[in-house]
Amino acid sequence: MDETQSTVLSILQDLTGEDVSSNMDTNLFDEGILDSMGSVQLLLELQNQLGIEVPVSEFERSEWDTPAKIVAKVESMQ
Amino acid sequence: MMSFDPYGNPTYFILLFIALLPLMIGLLYGHRSHIYESIISFVFLLLTFGGPKWKTGIALIIYLVYQICLVWLYSKYRQRADSANKGWVFVVSVILAIIPLAVVKITPAVAHGASSIIGFLGISYLTFKVVQTIMETRDGVIKEFHPILFGQFLLFFPTISSGPIDRYRRFVKDYDSVPTRAKYLDLMEKGVRYIFLGFLYKFLLAYIFGTVMLPTVEHAALQAHGISWALLGVMYTYSMDLFFDFAGYSLFAVGVSYLMGVETPMNFNQPFKSKNIKDFWNRWHMTLSFWFRDFIYMRLVFFMMKHKWFKSRITTANVAYVINMLIMGFWHGETWYYIVYGLFHGFAMVINDSWLRYKKKHQAQIPHNKFTEYFAIFLTFNVVCFSFLIFSGFLNTLWFVPRH
Repeated sequence: MDETQSTVLSILQDLTGEDVSSNMDTNLFDEGILDSMGSVQLLLELQNQLGIEVPVSEFERSEWDTPAKIVAKVESMQ
Repeated sequence: MMSFDPYGNPTYFILLFIALLPLMIGLLYGHRSHIYESIISFVFLLLTFGGPKWKTGIALIIYLVYQICLVWLYSKYRQRADSANKGWVFVVSVILAIIPLAVVKITPAVAHGASSIIGFLGISYLTFKVVQTIMETRDGVIKEFHPILFGQFLLFFPTISSGPIDRYRRFVKDYDSVPTRAKYLDLMEKGVRYIFLGFLYKFLLAYIFGTVMLPTVEHAALQAHGISWALLGVMYTYSMDLFFDFAGYSLFAVGVSYLMGVETPMNFNQPFKSKNIKDFWNRWHMTLSFWFRDFIYMRLVFFMMKHKWFKSRITTANVAYVINMLIMGFWHGETWYYIVYGLFHGFAMVINDSWLRYKKKHQAQIPHNKFTEYFAIFLTFNVVCFSFLIFSGFLNTLWFVPRH
């Protein structure tokens, strides 16, 4: 597991209290794991911990709804 | 001259079908003509805003020029190589974008119900589109601004009067391309199905609930004074009318968009099956609630967390829920019942969230089965219908302003 992926997963675990590393394709919104509040926290933490700025407009839910997609998004923005 | 409310009667649909036919044949053969689309848009806008309603047509034109200039200036500012992206320029731009709508909404409250001369059908929905475009321009996700395309986005006639509220980038992507034949055949099939489902909803079910039943139960509730079984009848009947009327309209708007090769987003997804209030807002008037989520709630939370207004994330979320829903209440209109409706849903979200947290913590003790699921749906349905009773303004008639 590379560094970005482990950082993203640890952020998600901090935010949701759940370890999602074994379910990389689970839909976080449908499962009630993540909501709008959690999404904003995620964006802020990505900024704090990885230094990538993601404006709220960039947050199209369907592109950020699984751990795998989030990791891919973050990697594309680094 | 003829004048219609959009999707108001059979003649409108016949004219629509005739106008769309060449366009549909074009799309089937891989051609899209913006010129032809603009001509039929103009004709249908003329049917809606012309004739006896010509004054609202003038208001629309002035509004359009004003907003296009505003967004154009703001995007010029943002796209300068050395753009400072100052917060105050953004805030002033958003305020300038909202002012016409604010005037239209406040005028009836201060002028004894008279409507403003700058108002026209659909001004609320156009304002959403303008404000979101300014916000996305600020964030840098809209990099190029085309005044003509933006005008076509605002004036897209199938959705002009009451949405669904599309997004500029999404709209332009569809509008500036031609779907493959397989894709377009699929859109056509769905579009036709939606339009016929819309007929069922709006002209049959909404007619039964709204025109046949509602006056009778309202009359009985007024005779009974105060709380009565008839009032409960008003609550359910009004809720059904509201849903089938608006969902019916939305199906027309989405269906016609599809026939034009534009995938306008859906507005409703079986809202009465919601298992809680949060779920409800993901299914009811979705383009509006997603608009509030993306452009108010999330931005508010982002701002409050960044500037550390509150220590607890729960407080932050709750404050944002109430402000978000309150703004939605004010958007509906400046009357006590719209504002109470907004507050009601704001606090419902707060309660819903605290229940979800409690449930997560006590997963082991709280039973979960088919019965609890049905109970959750039943409870949500009743909370929602009660909120619609507030929204309907009927309580105002019942308690404060008796009809003569």
